[in-house]
Amino acid sequence: MREIDVGEITRAVRDLCIETNIIADEEVLKAFRCALKSETSPVAKEVIKTLLENARIAKEENMPICQDTGMAIVFLDIGQDVHIIGGDLESAVNEGVRQGYKDGYLRKSVVKHPVARGNTGDNTPAVIHTRIVAGDKVKVTVAPKGFGSENMSFVKMLKPTEGYKGIKDFVLESVKKAGGNPCPPIVVGMGVGGTFEKAALMAKESLLRPLGESSKKEDFAKLERELLDEINQTGIGPQGLGGRTTALAVHINDYPTHIAGMPVAVNICCHAYRHGVRVI
Amino acid sequence: MAAIEVTTPLTDSMVGKLKAGDSVLITGIIYTARDAAHKRLMDSLSKGEKLPVELKGQIFYYAGPAPAPPGKPIGSVGPTTSYRMDSFAPKTMELGLKGMIGKGPRSKEVVDAMKKHGVVYFAAVGGAGALLAKCVKKARVVAYDDLGAEAITELTVEKFPAIVAIDCKGNDLYQR
Repeated sequence: MREIDVGEITRAVRDLCIETNIIADEEVLKAFRCALKSETSPVAKEVIKTLLENARIAKEENMPICQDTGMAIVFLDIGQDVHIIGGDLESAVNEGVRQGYKDGYLRKSVVKHPVARGNTGDNTPAVIHTRIVAGDKVKVTVAPKGFGSENMSFVKMLKPTEGYKGIKDFVLESVKKAGGNPCPPIVVGMGVGGTFEKAALMAKESLLRPLGESSKKEDFAKLERELLDEINQTGIGPQGLGGRTTALAVHINDYPTHIAGMPVAVNICCHAYRHGVRVI
Repeated sequence: MAAIEVTTPLTDSMVGKLKAGDSVLITGIIYTARDAAHKRLMDSLSKGEKLPVELKGQIFYYAGPAPAPPGKPIGSVGPTTSYRMDSFAPKTMELGLKGMIGKGPRSKEVVDAMKKHGVVYFAAVGGAGALLAKCVKKARVVAYDDLGAEAITELTVEKFPAIVAIDCKGNDLYQR
């Protein structure tokens, strides 16, 4: 049994909250540079140039790329041969969020009651997803998620016979409904199969992939490519102001499901595609 | 695209000249106000109380800034999604608000009110918070301090870049 002190987890969460919010994803910046070549609309070009310049300034001035530094979503893959010592795990994660959002001058965007509201003042609590896996390590993933794009999330329980076309129609309808709201260029995360909550979680987890890495399954990889193509033909464009670059990637995670259904979840991410990993 | 220089407070003749698609650089005072601040303003109005800011000729920036790091007037401060303020916006225009800065499309009711009251809606680039913060020279909370990032903050901006997304005639870049 390997012992890991909760303090190490706090430190990892703290550092990841700060880094992911300040340093723009390199793959996203590459995609922006490509988009500059393919865009013909002057407004679209201007928006992409502004975003590239923003990423440079954020890094240089040590400021978050976006003021919506998100609700902290923390994934913990805990090896079954690990014994966590020195305190309780959930408090340790929240302490990391508290320190990261304070020390990084990140925005505190969490309210303590969904209806009565009231800012908690330190961006806690985090949304924590834990999984017990083989091995003796702990993998900490932090993915701060802004709510401009989180609000543009959809789940639909499709009929089992609707096939790839049913999925496509639902996703395109969702992206069109979202339009310029989620800060395009977007990354479209999808979960197909499982149950209601499993589909939603898979959609979120698909947003942890390196940008544009395709599904390992041939049919879903094809669906990702086709959807990306069709989404970019909608004309929504950067910031919804028109253009060819509406999405940078479509990611699909899948899981077996029940004979009576085919759950599909869509979780849109803005161009601030933020996630970071530490293995302890 | 040559940008048009816009100074605040806005006048009818200035607003009238701005057309959807124009690039602008805004200089002067603007006020941040987002969800919770709008709700409080409306609650105040329904109780017949005086508002903490005079809206006549002013611009509301739908934004909640990140905290100011040492030596800077403000942290990252990009726009938030505007549709969430749609149900409140017509009332603010009725009270004299002349401009809104945000991101994303607006409802028909908002566009109708913009035409009626001669109001312009600017889109700033969502997610460009660090770049936009450089245009803010001074920041001062003027109301609802307890709301944290959602307080109403008076920003003194210099050449703040935006695009006219919907003009006062109702021409709308989001409707293509």
